[in-house]
Amino acid sequence: MATPILEVTNLAKFFPIQSQGIFSRVKGDNKAVNGISFTLNAGETLGLVGESGCGKSTAGRTILKLYEPTSGTIKFEGEDITSYSASKMKPLRTKMQMIFQDPYSSLNPRHTIGSIIAASYEIQKITPENGVKRAVQDLMERVGLNPEHYNRYPHEFSGGQRQRIGIARALALKPKFIVCDEPVSALDVSIQAQVINLLDDLRDDFGLSYLFIAHDLSVVQHISQRVAVMYLGKIMELAPTEELYKNPHHPYTKALLSAIPIPDPILERKREQIILSGDIPNPVNPPTGCVFNTRCWKAQEKCRTTEPVIMQIGASQVACHFPD
Amino acid sequence: MTLLEVKNLSVGFPTPDGVVHAVNDISFSIDAGETLAIVGESGSGKTVTNLALMGLLNSNTAQISGTARFQSHTGEIDLLGIDPNELQKYRGQDISMIFQDPMSSLHPYFSIGDQIIEAHQVHNKVDPEVSKERAIELLGLVGIPDPASRITSFPHQFSGGMRQRVMIAMALVNNPSLLIADEPTTALDVTVQAQILSLLKDLQREFKMAIILITHDLGVVAGAADRVNVMYAGRIVESANVFDLYAKPAMPYTQGLLDSVPRLDRPHTNRLSAIPGQPPSMISLPDGCSFAPRCSRISEVAGSKCLTALPELTLRGDHHSARCFIGEGVRA
Repeated sequence: MATPILEVTNLAKFFPIQSQGIFSRVKGDNKAVNGISFTLNAGETLGLVGESGCGKSTAGRTILKLYEPTSGTIKFEGEDITSYSASKMKPLRTKMQMIFQDPYSSLNPRHTIGSIIAASYEIQKITPENGVKRAVQDLMERVGLNPEHYNRYPHEFSGGQRQRIGIARALALKPKFIVCDEPVSALDVSIQAQVINLLDDLRDDFGLSYLFIAHDLSVVQHISQRVAVMYLGKIMELAPTEELYKNPHHPYTKALLSAIPIPDPILERKREQIILSGDIPNPVNPPTGCVFNTRCWKAQEKCRTTEPVIMQIGASQVACHFPD
Repeated sequence: MTLLEVKNLSVGFPTPDGVVHAVNDISFSIDAGETLAIVGESGSGKTVTNLALMGLLNSNTAQISGTARFQSHTGEIDLLGIDPNELQKYRGQDISMIFQDPMSSLHPYFSIGDQIIEAHQVHNKVDPEVSKERAIELLGLVGIPDPASRITSFPHQFSGGMRQRVMIAMALVNNPSLLIADEPTTALDVTVQAQILSLLKDLQREFKMAIILITHDLGVVAGAADRVNVMYAGRIVESANVFDLYAKPAMPYTQGLLDSVPRLDRPHTNRLSAIPGQPPSMISLPDGCSFAPRCSRISEVAGSKCLTALPELTLRGDHHSARCFIGEGVRA
């Protein structure tokens, strides 16, 4: 088998919490990502799902070295980039890009979209074959924007169009790997479907690999080959998409799937729903043992004391003492 | 019994570029105890409709016309024609509202108890202790553990889901007959959304109140609504019982919306069917049907009528009406 494009082992990212005052010291850590491992193969999309605060965005940013990892290793195309400096990362940035959630705040309002997309060439000092303008207009056309709008400003575009600008910018340097951080969650459903289809086409045309971060399991299902479910900084279950949706083994995956309303009144009113009690605990003091034990209906003494190790069930990897 | 009957409501906002026609001549009614969902995408006018009914739009900047007859505890009133000071008596008493963002809709400076007690004191001349008892009762009812001690907590001490519960407690403190819930779960995670939706359902039964549920999520509508109004570009384009709407949508926009939702209960095909294009500018609405520029079925209507004439809302079945030339006059 070919080497995976990305290999993440025991990755952790803690944010220190400082006490107030002159002699500030570290009071504790926000354990945003607490030891996650996975691989991503070339041309594959891995969905990373979870609720707000589970660490999925932090994981995405740490992998791109936008945050300095606390521990663990990140290998990109077999190369260990964990301790690379910013200058050493710069040439690699042509291969790894990011698409952001908010199409309003991720584009500079004072730059034309032409210069926003062209900035990548400028920073990397790359001159495309037929000149920058031509390259940018080709990209705009590819993502479904009118190339004549080259000199317009972001405020002249709708949310869906802005997200297309963000996608064009990410594609400019012909990357191999893109972290998509909730790329459609700010969009209306009818527009959301357009953007998902576009991302799908681009992956096939450009041979891209995506780490697709989202909170919406039904969106992830459409675009991913495999899905990892995160909770409080840890991966609870990682499985091929079909398997995860058909046979969820982890109670949290089950609860998450059952919480999503089905747009069909007959089915929606018939089905049994698992309603979790309580909220996500504070990641500064995560529960001992299994981090999900405070909300799990199957929790027993063992869950409160011993952290479950990841075990293989069929094609799925599950971190649970009592999987289904 | 009809609780609220809205007729010919229009709301426009004058801007230097022209008037933004946020809501265009909409009429609907809601019965006591039922749940009416208003669905639509951003900018379709669903929120503005309800802000107008609550008297929360500034009359200096908004042009509002139409009538809204509401059965209040003192008899019938017109929500749109009544004096703003007079409306104060009914707002929070007969009609309450919960908002989308539980982070910004509670006052950060006052304890949640104070905020709920105030809502009760405004409408009831009772001892503050009585209001406090009522606040504790409500907080318990919405599932805040240990309400008697949490009543002195401040909003920042609660999570998003808990704050939304506090908002609901505040809205229900005077036993309203109508609750307007504007995207009550949009800012929440799915597992918390499920909690809040089931709570609202239980409370509706207990308080026997009608709910206007504003949302963009067709999944939430399927589980919670009795009847649905679909809005597009400031107009109601389809109105039906929830089962009829999902089983036989009559308007191509409704159909498109249903098709573009990624669904977990169906085997996934790799492509989602998207609606091409984007909603029209609300300053210069198209002459004909507002959805025509995005509609895939306009060729089915002779003489490009969709681009020149505005279809009326016409009946398609029992209490099912749609605004489309296709299938007009055909009763299911």
